[in-house]
Amino acid sequence: MDTHALESPALRHHFDTAEQQKDASTLGMWIFLVTEIMFFGGLFAGYTVYRQLYPNVFAAASNELDILLGGVNTAVLIFSSFTMVLAVWSAQTGSRKGLMVNLVLTMLLGLVFLVIKGFEWHHKWVMHEIPGASFHWEGPNPGQAQLFFSLYFAMTGLHALHMVVGIGILSLLLYMAWRGRFSRDYYTPVDTAGLYWHFVDIIWIFLFPLLYLIGRHHHG
Amino acid sequence: MAEHIISRKTYTYVFLALLVLTGITTAVAFVDLGALNVVVALAIAVVKMLLVALVFMHVLYSRRLTQITVAGGLMWLAILLVLTMTDFVTRGWLGVPGT
Repeated sequence: MDTHALESPALRHHFDTAEQQKDASTLGMWIFLVTEIMFFGGLFAGYTVYRQLYPNVFAAASNELDILLGGVNTAVLIFSSFTMVLAVWSAQTGSRKGLMVNLVLTMLLGLVFLVIKGFEWHHKWVMHEIPGASFHWEGPNPGQAQLFFSLYFAMTGLHALHMVVGIGILSLLLYMAWRGRFSRDYYTPVDTAGLYWHFVDIIWIFLFPLLYLIGRHHHG
Repeated sequence: MAEHIISRKTYTYVFLALLVLTGITTAVAFVDLGALNVVVALAIAVVKMLLVALVFMHVLYSRRLTQITVAGGLMWLAILLVLTMTDFVTRGWLGVPGT
């Protein structure tokens, strides 16, 4: 009799054990996240270059951002990472209800983040602080300020896009959990989706101080 | 081999630490430390990143191959940032002949 099939119904034939299969998934997700590090890394490098060249205008432009909304959003995202980790923990301990509740909470917190972000972007639109023909800047060197806001929109926009994708992945997981697809022995999709969600959180952990906090000490 | 399961208590402590660090980095931003402002902000961000990666993402308990992959990714990021800045920061140190 084939003992391979007995290990777990979720075990694919090209893996020896469920453990080996999970290790492969974890490594694969991390390889993807490393490409994401380099993807965002290019933007962080561009930011570093221009902030080093134009420190004063970057500080002044940074002060135009709403520190309260940015700070609240940081807390919201950290909270969502906490509920995500509890979802993984629920899967590990075999609690289907805990998994579903925490997945829903994580998605809701992700939506709260995006709504707050939307209000911030809208405010920039009203203030004519979106780079382009209608950009308006009272201070000196409006071109340098446009560079800051270009980086701001590119970085927060791509971050928000990752959030949207993450919420999509979580809703798929919620459906799978509802169908009873996960157990103590098989919850790899929950685990790898968690890695993605936490990665997006880490990106924001760097975006918040670099975009919102760089000029605060100039204006007290 | 059974998967290492981190306790909810540990997760809660990390969550609270992340919130406290967010508060600290926001408060410190209003204090004029000169060139140290950016150093403090990035140091706190790195600590937060390590807390999320090591505990929430289980890197602390992952296989060595995964740990090396993560470290390798950060090393390439460091190369990207440091080598780029060695160019931009040192421009004009020696002047350009003929200009």
